[in-house]
Formats: sequence, structure tokens, C-alpha cells
Amino acid sequence: MTSDTGHHIIGYGKLTAVWLTLLALTCLTVAITRVELGGYKVLGALTIACLKSGLVIAFFMHMKYEGRLLRWLLFVALVTLAVFIGLTFFDVLYR
Amino acid sequence: MSHPELKDYAGAKLGMWLFLFTELLLFGGLFLLYSVYLSHFPHEFATAGRQLNWVFGTVNTMVLLTSSLLAAMAVTAVQRDNRGLAVRLLAGTISCAAIFMAIKYVEWSAKIRHGIYPNSPHLASAPPGEPVFFSLYYITTGIHGLHVLIGAAILGWIAAKVHSGKVHKGDYVLLENGALYWHLVDLIWIFIFPLYYLIL
Repeated sequence: MTSDTGHHIIGYGKLTAVWLTLLALTCLTVAITRVELGGYKVLGALTIACLKSGLVIAFFMHMKYEGRLLRWLLFVALVTLAVFIGLTFFDVLYR
Repeated sequence: MSHPELKDYAGAKLGMWLFLFTELLLFGGLFLLYSVYLSHFPHEFATAGRQLNWVFGTVNTMVLLTSSLLAAMAVTAVQRDNRGLAVRLLAGTISCAAIFMAIKYVEWSAKIRHGIYPNSPHLASAPPGEPVFFSLYYITTGIHGLHVLIGAAILGWIAAKVHSGKVHKGDYVLLENGALYWHLVDLIWIFIFPLYYLIL
């Protein structure tokens, strides 16, 4: 186990920069879904949502500075979710 | 002499993350239901989804992102031994939660006034996919709203502990875990927003 010594402190400036990026990405999602792009707008909106959650997890939730254990657990949880969604759609789309 | 208190920082945080994963799978299930029904009823979902006000959705997204920023800053403030600032930042987060819920209230009451609520006569006569959309809308945003209320209450409780000095520079895992819960609430909304308000 890691000791309590190595706690990373994320500065206010960095957090604010992440927040501004998140706001900009929100505006971008709204913009691309207000014009007619057909199926691409779903893809675009969800890609941006994944990017935004990546930023929240990495910086606001400090995951970028966590040890290997938590990172792997997050990876396992996300893969589990992806398998659920993937297998369900394998059934729904090709039934 | 009191017993030296044993603190397992890594264990406390691991426990919180494991809990967050179960939350992720709970909402993941709801998103899965949504996407399967969307592929069954694309036109009905489009008609129903366009009745949601994307301006409300956008403002609420900004409010939650801001609340998350303030919560993350509160952790930094405690780490830098600035407890007064941390309490004010947490008060900011809780205010954002209140704004979010107020907007949600306006949104839901407008829908209910238009006869759109589970089992309403209006929805009973609508094409089959529309009641499904609104049921999922009410369940997903309802459970999310419940998380906002619980999260705000927890952060309020933690802010009191920061104020009294029980949470401080040397022991702040409670604040960190509270903030993690709050970020999860934000994270879920990051997906609710495009799925319900934008892509249809």
C-alpha cells in the first residue's frame, strides 16, 4: 500500500483550465447537435461526453494521480459496462 | 490518553471508488434501456425528446460543471490548510445544487402542466414509444436528482466538519470521498444531457 505522503495537490489554475475546457466542450456539443448531421451528431455528442467525463475523472477526481490499483479497477468497471452494452446491442441489432 | 486513531487512507478511498462503480453500473443500466428503446422507437423518441427544453439542459450542465469545479477546489483548499476558503467553496457547490434542482423543478412542472407525467391520459393516447421515453426521462433524471439532493446534504455535513476542524490538512479523506461522490453526479449528467436533450 502507498503511504500518505505522496498526495498530489492540483492547483486552482489547473482546475479552472479544466472547467473552461468542459464548458467549451459543452458549447461544442450543443452547436453540433443543433445543425443537421444525421447519425454523426449522436457519435459526435457521445464522443464529446466521453472526453468530458475523461477530464472530470482525471483531474476533478484525481485519477491521473492515483496508483495502479484504482486505475485498473476503473478500467475493469468500464470494460464491464462496455461488455454489457456491446452484447446487448449484438442481440438487439442482429436479432 | 486516547487511543491513537488508525486511519487507512487508501482503504477509505478504495471503498468509495468501489461504491462509485456500482453507481456507474446502475446508471449504465438505465442508459442501456434508453438506447435499446431508442433503436426500437427512433421516431417516437425524436418526437418526445424534442419536447424537452435543451436550454434548461445546457444551463443545468454548466451549473453542475461549476459545482464540480468548486468541490475540487475545496479539496485543494483543505490540502493547502485554508479551511475557511474550503467551507465557502463547498457552500458554492451546495448553492449550485440548489440552482440545479430549482431548474429541474421548473422543467418538471412545465411537463406535468402539459399533461406529460407517468400514466397521464395524454401519454396513454400517445404512440407507444413516447410514454417509454418519458418514463425513462422521469426515472433517470429523478434518480439523478435524488443523488444531487443526497450529495448536497453530504457536502453540507462535511462542510460543517471542515468548519469545526474535524476535517483538516492532515485528515481530509472524508472531504475527498464526498467530492468524489459529487463528481460522479456531474459525470452521470454529462451523459444524460446529450442523450435526452440533444441527440434526438
